[in-house]
Amino acid sequence: MSAQDQNRIGLTVLDYRGGKSTLCAGCGHNAISERIVEAMYELGIEPERVAKLSGIGCSSKSPAYFMSRSHAFNALHGRMPSVATGAVLANRRLLALGVSGDGDTASIGIGQFVHLVRRNLPVIYVVEDNGVYGLTKGQFSATADAGAKLRTGAVNPLPPIDLCALAIQLGASYVGRSFSGDKRQLAALLKGAVAHRGTAVLDVISPCVTFNDHAGSTKSYAWMKDHEQPLQELGFVPAYEDIAVEYAPGTALEVTLHDGSRLTLQKLEEEYDPRDRVRALARLAAPPRAGEVLTGLFFVDPAAPTLVDALELVDAPLATLPEEAVRPPPEALRKIVDELR
Amino acid sequence: MQREPVVNDFAIRVATQNGSGSQSSNTVLLRALFQMGIPVSGKNLFPSNIAGLPTWYTIRLSRRGYVARKREVDLLVAMNPATVAEDVAALRPGAAVLYDAPLRPAAPPPGLVAYALPFDQLAAAACPEARLRKLVKNMCYVGALASLLGIELEEVERAVGRQFAEKARARELNLAAARAGFEGARAGLVKEDPFRVERMDGNRGKLLVDGNTAGAAGSLFGGVTVLAWYPITPSSSLAEALIGYLAEHRRAKDGKATYAVVQAEDELAAAGAVLGAGWAGARAMTATSGPGVSLMSEFAGLGYYAEIPAVIWDVQRAGPSTGLPTRTAQGDLLSTAFLSHGDTRQVLLLPGTAEECFELGWRAFDVAEALQTPVFVLSDLDLGMNVWTASPFAYPDGPIRRGKVLAKEDLDRLGGFARYGDVDGDGVGWRTLPGTPHPAAAYFTRGTGHDDRSAYSEDPGTFERNLARLSRKLDRARELLPAPLVEGAGAEVGIVACGSSHHAVVEARDQLREERGLETDYLRVRAWPFAGAVRDFVAAHRRVYVVDQNRDGQLAALLKLDLPEALVPRLRGAAHLDGLPLDARTVTELVLAQEDAP
Ligand SMILES: Cc1ncc(C[n+]2csc(CCOP(=O)(O)OP(=O)(O)O)c2C)c(N)n1
Ligand code: SF4
Repeated sequence: MSAQDQNRIGLTVLDYRGGKSTLCAGCGHNAISERIVEAMYELGIEPERVAKLSGIGCSSKSPAYFMSRSHAFNALHGRMPSVATGAVLANRRLLALGVSGDGDTASIGIGQFVHLVRRNLPVIYVVEDNGVYGLTKGQFSATADAGAKLRTGAVNPLPPIDLCALAIQLGASYVGRSFSGDKRQLAALLKGAVAHRGTAVLDVISPCVTFNDHAGSTKSYAWMKDHEQPLQELGFVPAYEDIAVEYAPGTALEVTLHDGSRLTLQKLEEEYDPRDRVRALARLAAPPRAGEVLTGLFFVDPAAPTLVDALELVDAPLATLPEEAVRPPPEALRKIVDELR
Repeated sequence: MQREPVVNDFAIRVATQNGSGSQSSNTVLLRALFQMGIPVSGKNLFPSNIAGLPTWYTIRLSRRGYVARKREVDLLVAMNPATVAEDVAALRPGAAVLYDAPLRPAAPPPGLVAYALPFDQLAAAACPEARLRKLVKNMCYVGALASLLGIELEEVERAVGRQFAEKARARELNLAAARAGFEGARAGLVKEDPFRVERMDGNRGKLLVDGNTAGAAGSLFGGVTVLAWYPITPSSSLAEALIGYLAEHRRAKDGKATYAVVQAEDELAAAGAVLGAGWAGARAMTATSGPGVSLMSEFAGLGYYAEIPAVIWDVQRAGPSTGLPTRTAQGDLLSTAFLSHGDTRQVLLLPGTAEECFELGWRAFDVAEALQTPVFVLSDLDLGMNVWTASPFAYPDGPIRRGKVLAKEDLDRLGGFARYGDVDGDGVGWRTLPGTPHPAAAYFTRGTGHDDRSAYSEDPGTFERNLARLSRKLDRARELLPAPLVEGAGAEVGIVACGSSHHAVVEARDQLREERGLETDYLRVRAWPFAGAVRDFVAAHRRVYVVDQNRDGQLAALLKLDLPEALVPRLRGAAHLDGLPLDARTVTELVLAQEDAP
């Protein structure tokens, strides 16, 4: 695409850009922002319909660096999930995009993350996972691998929390892992997440060039280039494009998402079926082969009921219902008062 | 010896055990008296426990309509072996006690009128099924009191009918138990105490309601659309009542809900959801108590600084820490007024009656949206969980006011806007709601330093100007908030109070006048920041007693911060806290001790 090319709603990629990034040059988070811009542009999403939500951290700053025509809420450390919950309930038509860090999600915010996932809130939840706290200058986070080293030489003694396994177990209906340097895969996963309805958790390994990109780190560019092990080759076919995709029999799978778009998965691991929660969990629980970092779409259930379904909300946004819909008439007050007499 | 009769003016205390079903009996008793037109109030004193520990229910009858707690007990119903000795020892000579017969001490203290009834036997006669007897035993004392005091049996029956409206078998058994108590007392007791009731006309048109139910109803008519909450006594019943009202009154034609309720995982999440929803344009609220409010502290600062409307009910209980979780206090005034770090000031609304719980319940949303800031409604356990006579609630007096919101058409006209710009000089910027379909609609909400357009900024001047605007905004708000109520006509001595202290103050003023000839004027604040009228009131009185239900005088402290220095010496503390609802005698004594001091 060139900067002048218009997408199907007549916007150019510039309409999806944000402010100039103040993150370190080379930070993985910037690459993720770029993929978000591309995905939204290519899908022709109205920027005004997107609500960007984040917690606190370098990662959580990044909504300022993409889609400046979208409303944004940079909330509190670890508390983005609750804010997103309120926002989505207030206006179910918003396309909610949460951006968080591994510190933000796996430590201070793990409780809120767990409950967001459990409710299957319709939100795209991107964890920009670098294994460290970037903004507070390089302490280990709870996704750091055991034995990983900080620049200072400090060794992490504890095992990591696998946010994807957690998310699958607790009810997220679209769960994948990717790498900020894996453009194709990340783009497809993001597009699939946009087309999905329910909690879409994407744990994206996003190297911190300043504090965690050295030898001994298991979240560095070099480590990821050597150890990324994709489960499948992902493709995405938007609902408005009717393209037949051809595969060798038995090696491919197609998943139709909420809005009619399709994810195509060219299996690299024969046995893997991302529609099977138990197998997905088993695969993630197995010891990593030769330090592999498994990426791809781990689990998807396009039909899982969301919190919005469970609450049987009216179709219109609660936020803008007219007075007649939200303030019961005087008869209702009379009835309530009579019951108290 | 028969003394001068005391009619419709005494306090009954029933001592039972948590979980013994006495709540129904006490409600029936209260309601029967209410139906006879006698002004009543009921206060439940219960432990933080589910079953087995002592609980007391006090019903005050007051011809003159006083509804504060009365310190003295006139008539005790002793049903709890664990507390009988203590309960009786607390009675004054001239009081009466009705014992469950096995509890009767061999020699009741002198000066008491003592009655004993074998409630087990009465219950056995009324209830052939042994396993249900325990449940109806308490209804026997209701019948016995009806006989002793002259409560009309038909009113007891009506109240039982209402209490067990949907349960025919329970209704039948409880009616039989009440009658058995009535007959037992008529046959077995000789009236010696002076306490009697007589039908009067003190409750015409009135309701019996607790403040939490009233607050829930108010919130319903405030158009609440998102409720996120986490259970905590004494606020849970507010959320639960609201959920009931929403389910009944807020379904669209297609049966779908025009509201969302989330039982959050904790108070942090409840506050986050409320702010997220308020940001996205919903009328969002939560209900909690002190411990929950403290968990909301970080969000409270964000809400204040990012300027997000939210309604947070704090039904206060006695702290610190988990303190006395089932006892009342006004102990969160200071911590809530400045809740969060840095320079924050939060808006407080301070209902004092059940009617005001309703009214401020809906008004809170208008205030929050007008000011674009969190609004804390500070109730307390006494107001929230106890039963009050109240006038029927008044339907909101105007349309829902959504405050300064720009729609697409406005943006078409204006081209753009500065979210935190003070275009109208009132400190309140215009906002857009997420999803507004206009390229200039979006802004970036953040707790970090920001300029008029909400762009990140660490510029010292910008930060200072922003804080100054927020302060201006709240100063301007003083006259927009519910005005203080003033009573009296130019006395030298003033009294200032807030919230549920009101009821004790009303009665204490009469005591001061009638017993000591001391006239007082009275101002009740209903919001913080205080209106200018509060300052005028203090300026107009030589001595102003500030009634507080906390140890250190938190309302007085807020006043001291607000008043010009010259007026501060006029304030005199009248603070008291023991976990019990404030009573008039305590206020009177606190005032007189200082009036009489040399
Ligand atoms: C309540 C609270 N505690 C601590 C902090 C300090 N803090 C700011 S960012 C951060 C870590 C962020 O790490 P992560 O989420 O991994 O994001 P990254 O910066 O690595 O992208 C911390 C601890 C804070 N802002 N708030
Ligand atoms: S410190 Fe690390 S995470 Fe933060 S911006 Fe720099 S590279 Fe990115």
